[in-house]
Amino acid sequence: MTTRDLDDISALDRALPVLRIILPLAIFVLVICGWEYVVRANGIPPYILPAPSVIAQTLVSDWPSLWPSLVVTLRLTFLALAAAVVGGVGLALLFAQSRLIELSLFPYAVMLQVTPVISIAPLIIIYVDNTTAALLICAWIVAFFPILANTTLGLNSADHNLVNLFQLYGASRWQILWNLRLPAAMPYFLGGLRIAGGLSLIGAVVAEFAAGAGGTATGLAFRILEAGYRLQIPRLFAALILISVAGILIFLLFSAISHLALRHWHESAVKREQ
Amino acid sequence: MHGPAPLVAFGGVDKVFANGTTALKGLDLAIEPGQFVSLLGPSGCGKSTALRLLAGLGRPTSGRIDWPGTSGRPPEIGFVFQEPTLMPWATVFDNVRLPLKLKGVSKGQARGVVEAALARVGLAGFAGVYPRELSGGMKMRVSIARALVTSPSLMLLDEPFAALDEITRFRLNNDLLTVWQDNPLTVVFVTHSVYESVYLSNRIVVMAARPGRVVADIAIDAPYPRTEAFRTSDLYNSHCRAVSAALHQAMGGAA
Ligand SMILES: Nc1ncnc2c1ncn2[C@@H]1O[C@H](COP(=O)(O)OP(=O)(O)O)[C@@H](O)[C@H]1O
Ligand SMILES: [Mg+2]
Repeated sequence: MTTRDLDDISALDRALPVLRIILPLAIFVLVICGWEYVVRANGIPPYILPAPSVIAQTLVSDWPSLWPSLVVTLRLTFLALAAAVVGGVGLALLFAQSRLIELSLFPYAVMLQVTPVISIAPLIIIYVDNTTAALLICAWIVAFFPILANTTLGLNSADHNLVNLFQLYGASRWQILWNLRLPAAMPYFLGGLRIAGGLSLIGAVVAEFAAGAGGTATGLAFRILEAGYRLQIPRLFAALILISVAGILIFLLFSAISHLALRHWHESAVKREQ
Repeated sequence: MHGPAPLVAFGGVDKVFANGTTALKGLDLAIEPGQFVSLLGPSGCGKSTALRLLAGLGRPTSGRIDWPGTSGRPPEIGFVFQEPTLMPWATVFDNVRLPLKLKGVSKGQARGVVEAALARVGLAGFAGVYPRELSGGMKMRVSIARALVTSPSLMLLDEPFAALDEITRFRLNNDLLTVWQDNPLTVVFVTHSVYESVYLSNRIVVMAARPGRVVADIAIDAPYPRTEAFRTSDLYNSHCRAVSAALHQAMGGAA
């Protein structure tokens, strides 16, 4: 490789943080402009495909009804995520204490994970009287598995020699768990949390869909169903955008938390100077 | 046996792993207090296994390990692995403090001891640094400081410098000798390097594999302190030749 090539590479490296933002933004602007143009040039009616400008207007004008729905969906999302963390980490800790428990229960955790939640949601909604609780259970089922699987893997990934060192100094099980297994599991747990954050939003929306218009729920999924029935397509798009943006923000939030927690020591988070 | 009671004695120790591997067969070995013993042998001859048994990590399949020098109970032990084996999420200070923390010593009480141990291995200014910011040699020093922090009377080192470059290895050899001479310390040092074992120890136990056993027990009576001048002396060379010959025999005379 010539010096010239190396210079080019390091220039690209330096520009990377800016490009990471500029490039997707440019694509976004391009697609929105194209979309606006196609709709206007062909005179497509809003009930078939609304122009981005119309969707933006709807987002503003319908904000008073969309915002409370967003809050409902987000509350469900974060409750489900909290329950997933408690359930996932709790089960992982239980598994770490006893191999027998892990062998007995893990297949059922997998079963819950591979069964599409949309197919068991109606049952749960029938059996559980409280709609909020039913929705929470559905969202939890979707979100808890990555936390359980990752944390279990993490708790078992502690360096064997370090475990031996702890034993040499007479450490109790609890000391090994607290000072060794939990910190070793942290990167795995945070990876699981990042996935679970997105999944709990998906779980919340799917559960709201399953509960449908029959439920008392007023989450974003209900707004989408409602807009669909009434052919309020711009409103449907507006609700869709809110869900996507919420999902992106949740992902960014947990990426930031993960980075902050691991920045001193884990390869995924440390900056390496060349 | 004459002289002082041995610190520890293996008596007919066998170690057979669950997969059927006989790692040690009929191991008889007594180690006197204050000795610097090297276990030397080809890989797979049970050096690590013997060291781990000494540390209480695993039990002999048969035979016994006695501690006559410390009225039956193992003394305070420091262990250094081949890899530094540090907790990446903890600072150098917290890594070295670990043995004290596990024994319930408070952070305030531990501070002075930890800082002294770090100073002893030449890492006085590095308490707040994370392991990933250190070179291989410095990580090994942290690992040694951690082993020293409980003021052990027995240090067990399992090929601690095998992965380091020669310059770093020589420097750590000298530092280890200094620590040993400055303290009432018994050292059992596992290595597969003839030169390292002759430089460091006053006794070399040569082992052979399949099954793991002792084939020679050689005294290295060169005086301490040993310096770089010793490394180039005729005495050193003649010891190395003798030990090499024993090791060669241990490997069945094969090249
Ligand atoms: N935990 C273990 N389980 C099964 N076999 C082992 C285990 N540890 C070591 N061995 C076997 O025992 C023999 C001696 O190993 P070891 O003590 O590590 O040798 P050395 O340290 O001299 O290279 C080798 O054949 C090795 O494969
Ligand atoms: Mg070994």
